Parts: sequence; structure tokens; C-alpha cells
Amino acid sequence: MTTKFTPDHEYIRVEGTTGVVGITNYAQEQLGDIVFVELPSVGKALKKGDEAAVVESVKAASEIYAPVSGTVTEVNDALSGEPGLINTDPTAGGWIYKIAISDAGEIDTLLDDAAYAELTV
Amino acid sequence: MSMNTQGRPTGVGTTGTSASGSALLPDEPLLFEIGDTEHSGVDLPDVTLSADRLGGFGRKSKLDLAGLTEPEAMRHYVRLSRLNHSIDSGMYPLGSCTMKHNPRLNEKMARLPGFADIHPLQPVSTVQGALELMNQLSHWLMTLTNTAAVALSPKAGAHGELLGMMAIKAAQDAAGQSHRKIVLVPESAHGTNPATAAFLGYSVKPIPARTDGTVDVQAVKDALSPEVAAIMLTNPNTCGLFEPQVIEIAKAVHDAGAFFYCDGANFNAIMGVVRPGDLGIDAMHINLHKTFSTPHGGGGPGAGPVVLSAALAPFAPVPFVRQGSNGLELVEHVEAEALGRVTAFHGQMGMYVRALTYMLSHGADGLAQAAQDAVLNANYVKARLEHVFSVPFPDYPTMHEALFDDSFLKGTDVSTLDFAKALIDEGFHPMTMYFPLVVHGAMLIEPTESESKQTLDHFCDVMAELATEAKSGNAERFTSAPMKAPRRRLDETRAARLPILKWEMPVETPKAAE
Amino acid sequence: MRYLPHSDHERAEMLGVIGAANIDALFSAVPKSALKSFTLDLPAHSPEFLVEAHLRALSNKNHAAGNGPFFVGAGAYRHHVPATVHHLIQRSEWLTAYTPYQPEISQGTLQMLFEFQTQVAKITGMDVANASLYDGSTGTAEAVLMARRLTRRNKIVLSGGLHPHYRDVVKSYLKDDADLVCLSPSPQGQGDILDHIDGNTAAIVIQTPDFYGHLRNLKGAAEAAHAQGALLIVVITEVVSLGLLEAPGALGADIVVAEGQSIGNALNFGGPYLGLMATRKEFIRQMPGRLCGETVDADGNRGFVLTLSTREQHIRREKATSNICTNSGLCALAFSIHMGLLGEAGFTRLARLNHATAIKLADALDSVPGVEVLNKTFFNEMTIRVTQPAVSLVERLARRGILAGVPASRLLPGDPDVDHLIILAATELTTDGDIAALTAALTEELA
Repeated sequence: MTTKFTPDHEYIRVEGTTGVVGITNYAQEQLGDIVFVELPSVGKALKKGDEAAVVESVKAASEIYAPVSGTVTEVNDALSGEPGLINTDPTAGGWIYKIAISDAGEIDTLLDDAAYAELTV
Repeated sequence: MSMNTQGRPTGVGTTGTSASGSALLPDEPLLFEIGDTEHSGVDLPDVTLSADRLGGFGRKSKLDLAGLTEPEAMRHYVRLSRLNHSIDSGMYPLGSCTMKHNPRLNEKMARLPGFADIHPLQPVSTVQGALELMNQLSHWLMTLTNTAAVALSPKAGAHGELLGMMAIKAAQDAAGQSHRKIVLVPESAHGTNPATAAFLGYSVKPIPARTDGTVDVQAVKDALSPEVAAIMLTNPNTCGLFEPQVIEIAKAVHDAGAFFYCDGANFNAIMGVVRPGDLGIDAMHINLHKTFSTPHGGGGPGAGPVVLSAALAPFAPVPFVRQGSNGLELVEHVEAEALGRVTAFHGQMGMYVRALTYMLSHGADGLAQAAQDAVLNANYVKARLEHVFSVPFPDYPTMHEALFDDSFLKGTDVSTLDFAKALIDEGFHPMTMYFPLVVHGAMLIEPTESESKQTLDHFCDVMAELATEAKSGNAERFTSAPMKAPRRRLDETRAARLPILKWEMPVETPKAAE
Repeated sequence: MRYLPHSDHERAEMLGVIGAANIDALFSAVPKSALKSFTLDLPAHSPEFLVEAHLRALSNKNHAAGNGPFFVGAGAYRHHVPATVHHLIQRSEWLTAYTPYQPEISQGTLQMLFEFQTQVAKITGMDVANASLYDGSTGTAEAVLMARRLTRRNKIVLSGGLHPHYRDVVKSYLKDDADLVCLSPSPQGQGDILDHIDGNTAAIVIQTPDFYGHLRNLKGAAEAAHAQGALLIVVITEVVSLGLLEAPGALGADIVVAEGQSIGNALNFGGPYLGLMATRKEFIRQMPGRLCGETVDADGNRGFVLTLSTREQHIRREKATSNICTNSGLCALAFSIHMGLLGEAGFTRLARLNHATAIKLADALDSVPGVEVLNKTFFNEMTIRVTQPAVSLVERLARRGILAGVPASRLLPGDPDVDHLIILAATELTTDGDIAALTAALTEELA
């Protein structure tokens, strides 16, 4: 199981052929209290870089892009009632959607832990 | 703190503690908590309808509207009003908002029955004075801007912006230039600019700012192409600077077959001193509620007439006034409807009266003096505070607003927001914060021409004292501010997560059995 | 200049602190060719009494509605506004406050907006209302855009009974749009809007009372729209009607837009007015305009803030729900105070009084030879057919001091069907004497 990152502060945790997508701890700190999440619909086909979801805090709204191409297989409905999960637990309870990865090669183009850490210094 | 002869502290807001619920500033319940469906403050005959003509569409559902008698209503709204800050009660240094004095003659004139009590659709022969007033206002606006036409009807600045861009689109469609789909917008622009361009189906191409806070002419030239429809440029810009190369930008834009939309939100700085038409603009909205003192009213109504160059004049929307053989005519329909109509009637007549009253009071000389005083005041604030705060763009004198960044707060545990909230405890409305976006932790201060030197000195003293205090490590004074306002900081996260947008009757919970 | 606080001495002193030789030095970024390079063909400053005389002279050239019998409506209505409203909205703290972005020192405006939203939600029978839009016409255009976002469909059908200027505003907003269907505004046959609803329809737009004053069946329209997954947008230009007519929310409306001018606001020759917008709870995030919400402050006290502002242009920029920046704050205040003074008892009485007066007017008009009242149903406004061209008839009546309504052709030029139609409104301000004067003059003119 590997986790990769985009320069736009999304993470994707690769579990076999599925990726779990959310925003990083750094991103949630920058956004502040999340108040609303607009989730994608299950079955939606996404190309890498497509707008997949929108995360709103009190002061900002931020588009969440697809880190890789694929199809949305599941969304985190818990965020509808409790968007603050992204603040309290961005990588576990605060995941946003799962994607069936169509091109595993795209994973390699993303940032690894060290490269992402450098970006957020 | 300065003391007067009675030994009392002076200055608004320097006395007392947290005011919430105090004897002089009581908390006020909601209308629905003090009124009920039986009370009314209006006496009307109670007619009974023997036979109605409602065709069975009469109301069956409950209205449940609370009412108050006149003395109760007077007290409710007077008490509520006292929870507001206002220009009349203290300085409002809100950058980009132009909170200037609102003369009361304007209000008196707008309420003359010949203006307030006329209907937009009564015969044109019975409203010749109103059309003449619209004509006079148009003359002032066109003369001050040196432009060929003006569309009065937009309801506010953003609405004017929409209309101006619609006129540009109509002109290009008429010239077979519909393929132009890109609008250039500098990064420092007001949020309405990209919103307007996107609304009309344009894609927005941001133009980066130079390190001196002005638009990079070369970047504009590089971005221009046969696909570009227009540039939307604010001048003076949102950093408070006059774009020194605006004429060159206009020329490059025109050479590329595109139009120059100027956001006139900051016209207050140059009225009577610089005519935007001389700079090459094609369309510009003018916020009557900023530049020409019509009241902000807690968030509107505004008014946003748009001046147009000769190239765009044929694409003005209806209605407009023109001289006919039997007096003035109101043109409400045109055969080739280039643009059509952007509001039901003739725009904000109430605001036209107020703005013209303001213009006549000032005259051409007074308007120029007002613009120069606004610029003088901003530069004075900048000069008095530039050693306390850092100025991100020091290369040019500022126009009508002074811009500082938050580098003085580095390492203090005090944010720009905290700093601004501390101003409230000193009796001032906070300055504009975090805008323009091109400056980190921006603090944008627009004193306007209405503030006296005495008030500016007091404001600068307070700002300097607060900066010293923030740097000395007393973060508490800032992070807990305001302490002396009717409310302390409000929980915006809670409001947005579980929105409560109207009052609901509380559900009676049955008492628990003992 | 009475509005400028500095003396020349102070100006010089300030320039000294700045280190500028003169005021022009502060304009050094302005190209030389553009700075003070002109003389303006405009008068110099003027004392208050002369400005007042100038404006009074202009005002006196207009025939104010209060000067005689008055029956003009068609989207703006003359009602009585209590003196209390005029007094209160001119208080400094209401008149000269900015948008309440600093909630700690804006609780007055914010609580008022919360009360206003509640009042609008109650009279329309909807879950939520916003803090107002520019006016009813732009509100209608915004509602149409909102319906498209909600349904992700494009087709919009406008009823023929929609105010023609509202239709024109929607057309301007949706320029180049093939999926906008505008039904014929002819009073003879507007066609059945329900026939135009299909699986691509985002919304149908129905005004009631409509442009001609007829009342429309909203319940049937809502059912037909919903059966196809489309929304029903209801437009109301005379908001007093809601005191007597069933709330659109109770009949299945999805978005209600109204012109709120009738309550608390003068005719003002067309503006400033007040757009009301209300909708269902689940649609809030696609609703344009400002919203005020309840919360608590750091001490736990109840307070109000502008909320869900991430939908708006200053944050979302090109992705905002609308480019709107201002609401009609002061007009909303006037509405809210007037509605607070009326309360349920006063509002329903006012509506009954309007309807009763309109019935008197209709019956009186019906008895005039050469006049036919077209309406079977109405609230306070109706359309008549006369035996002469309406424009010149209304003009002749105006010369006799009677403002007898709006010739339909003023809004629908070039449509021969409407050349002989006049739309007339009666309100609580219409007296028996006004009606008698109108019918007498009409009888003479049509003889």
C-alpha cells in the first residue's frame, strides 16, 4: 500500500487497483474549518486533473482534482453530515472518494512522501 | 489615552466593558419573540368580502407573521440600529469601499414627491422633469469621463459591469468577431470581474502583476491575440495605484481588436482630475454609492451606470432618454435589439437624484477638490504609518487608499484579522483585510475625503500604538478582540455547517417527570 | 466646500508630512497628457438652497401620483408607507452602515436581515429566503439560472403572462440561448405552458397574478413540472397579494421570486426596488445572493453572520453562483419594518382592502359603455379592452389629471392584439371619488 501526492495537496492511497482520495493534513490546515463537501457521483469517469469534488471552508472553496484517471466507485457520505472529519482526520475518516484506477502508470508521476514534504516546508 | 477637562476618557468605544446586554445597549429579542399575529402598527379598515374574485386560489395555509404596534416597532428598530457601526458615528477606513459622508440634502431631495411618487410607466408627458434629471446626470457622467454615451439602468456596480461586458459582446457579435472568447483580468482585480466574464461565457486569463503592484504591459501584449475580446482593468487599481502605462495598455488592446473595460470602482480618486476617456477606455461602470455618496444602507441598494465610448454607444441597452419633437422621450424598445434590457424599469432613480444633488453641491471644482483630498488623506496615512508597517509597493505615490502588508506581525501570534478586530475596541471599523489577494495579509485603508486631519491623526496614533503592542507580545489584546463591541467574535463555522436561516418557533419540550 | 473638512493650511501641513511639493506630485503616475488637461463644461459648487431650488424645479415638472386619481401598476404599485418607516430608515446607523462583513459591530443589520428572511419565507410559504436581490426582474433571471444549475438541464419555458420586461431581462441574461421558450403574451391565447414541459426542461416560469391581472393555477403547474423532473418558478410582482392568495410554497413552487417594492418602498420611478427570492432548503447552495444565519459569539451569546459566502463572487470568483455583489439592504429594511408594523392582522387586512377596492373598480368599469373588463379573476389589477387605441386615450386622460393605467402596447409594441388594452390597478389608496372620476372621464372620452 503506497500513498502519493499531487502538488495541489490531494493524496491518493493506492489499495490494489483502487485509490482512496482526500486532501492532506497541510491542505486542511490551510483551508481552516471545512463546512461543506460537494461529492462526485459514483460511476463518474474522471481524467487525471479533472475537477472531482469541492471542499468549502468558511473563507474559501477549493476544487479537488483527480490525481489519476479512473471511475469513482464510492464516496464518503459521512462528510455530508460531518464535513469537519476532514479537519480532524484527513487521511482516515476524512477521505473523500474512491477511484478505480484506469492507468496504474499515472501513479508513478505523482509525488512521494519526501517530495511532497519538501513542497510544504 | 487622552483625557478631556471632565477627566473622562475621550474617543468612541474607549469606555465601558463588553457591552452585550448592558443597560444602555440592551440585547434585542427577535421580532417574532416580541410580536404576535394580533398586534399591528397600521390602522386599516377591516373589510369583509361578500364575494371575492380569487377563483378559488385564496389562502388556506397559515401566515403566522408577527406584528408590533408603532411604539414597539420604533423601539425594536432603534435598539437594533444601535448595534451597528456607521459612517455617521465613526471612521470607516474600508479600502475599495469608499465610505464617504452621505449628505442629508441628498435624502431630502430624493423624497420630493415629483421623484419618489412617480410611476415608471405613467405617461412620459407627465414625467418630463424626471427625464430631464436623467439627462443632466448623464451629462455630468459623460463630461467627467469624456465619453460618448451612458447607460444609467444597472442596479449596482457588478450589474453595470455585466452590462458593459454585454455591450462589448454585442459589438463584437455585430462585427463578426464572435470567436473572441478570452478576457484578460489582472490578478489584483475585484472578484466580480472574473465572475462577470465567466458568466458571459468568456474564459478568464489572469495577467500577473509586476513587483511594483502595477500591470505588466509586456504581459498584456503577450497575452493579446485574435481570440481576446477584452481586458478588464481597474484603474486606479486595487493596490491603490494609478496604472502608469494605462494609455499604452489601451493602445495595445485596441490594436489587437479588443475592448478596454475599466472597473470604475475607484473613480473617486480621479473625478474632475483625470478623464478615463482620455486614457482609452471603452466602457466603465461608476458606483454612485461610492463616488457620488449615495448611502450604502447596510449593503445596498447601489447604482452602477456605465459610460461607453463611441464604438460601444450603439449597443447601449434600453431604456434611454432622447430629445424628441415634443420634449424628452424615453426609448423603451429599439428595432435591432443589440442588448435589450437588464432591469424591469429605468434603473435606480432614487440614486440618480442623490448623485446629481451631490454633484451640483460640489460642482466641477468641488469634485476635483474631493478627489485630491481623498488622495491627500491616503498619502498622509501612508506617510504617517510607513515606518510602522511595511508598504509592499513603495515606488509610486498611492492614490485614494494606503496598502500595507502583514510582515510586521511575523512571529507575534497575532494575525491580520486579530489586528483588525482590535481596531473595533478603539472605535474604528476595521480596514479591508486580505484584499487585494496579490499582497500577503493585505491591509487596505481608504480614508476618503470626508475625514478631518484630526481624525486621521487619531487613527494613525491608534494604529501605531496597536502595532507596538502586537510586537511587544501582548497577543491576548488582539486574539480576544473585540471585547467592547455588542458581540464578541462569532462562530462562522457553526453558522455554515448547520445553517439556521430563519426563526422557527421553539418546540415546547414537555417537563421531565419528577 | 461644506463637505470637505480640510483648510488650505491643513492641506499644506499634510503635504509637508508626506514630503510632496504640491498635490500634483501625488498624481505623478498619471500620464501628463491626461492630468487636468481640460476644462469641464460643468457648473461650480453651489450652496444648499440653490441646489435644492434646482431639484425642486425638476420635481415640479412631474405629475406625482398623489396629485390625482391614479391607477398605474403593471409591476410597481402605489401603497401607503407609514411615517415610522421613513423615519427609521433614515437613522444614521441604518442608512450609513456598510455591508455587515464585520458582524461584531453589525448585529443590527444582521438581525434585521434574519428577520427579513423569516418574513419572506413565511409569506411565500418556502423553507428559506435570501437577504434580497436587486429587483423582481433580475431576480427572475437569477432564478432561471439557478434552476439550470439544479437540474443540469437547459430548457426554460416562460409563460406568456410573465411581465414583458421580466421576459426581456431573462432574454438578455440568456442571450444566444436556443433553449429559451417564450410563450405568446397575447391575452387571447397564451397557449398552455404545460404542453411545453419535457425531459429537457429545467423550469417553467409562471407569474401570478399575471401581467394582465389573472390568477394562475400553480398547483397543476407544479404537478406537471415535477412529473418531468422540472422545477416551477413562481414570479409575483404584487407582493401584497400574498396576504390573500395561497402561498406558492403550499402549492408546490420550487423557487419563488417577487418584487417587494409594494411593502415599505415608494414608486421612485422604477428604483431602487427589492428582489425577494425564496426556495426549498435543499437548494440553498445554488441560491444566489447574500444569506444571513444564526450562530453564537465567543461568550455564547446569540448572534448573526453572513454565511455560505463561499458561493459568492468575492471568494469563488469565476465559479460564483452569480456576479451579484450588493443586495437591496435599505429597501429590505423598509420592507421588514413595514411588514413588522403590519403583522398578520395588518397584512391580511391590507390585502382584503386592495381586493375589495379592485372589485369596486372592476364593477364600475364594466358599467362604462365601450369598456370590457377581461378578467374573471384578479387580485388588485385588471385589464380592460376599450373601443379606441389605448395609448392616446390614456394620454388624453392624463391631460385631465387622471393617470388611468398602462396601455399594454407600451410594453408589447407592434402587437395589434393589445392596442386596445389598458391594465389598471387599485390599492388601498384608491378612493371612491377616484373611481368615479375615472369612469366619468372614460364615459366622455369613449362617447
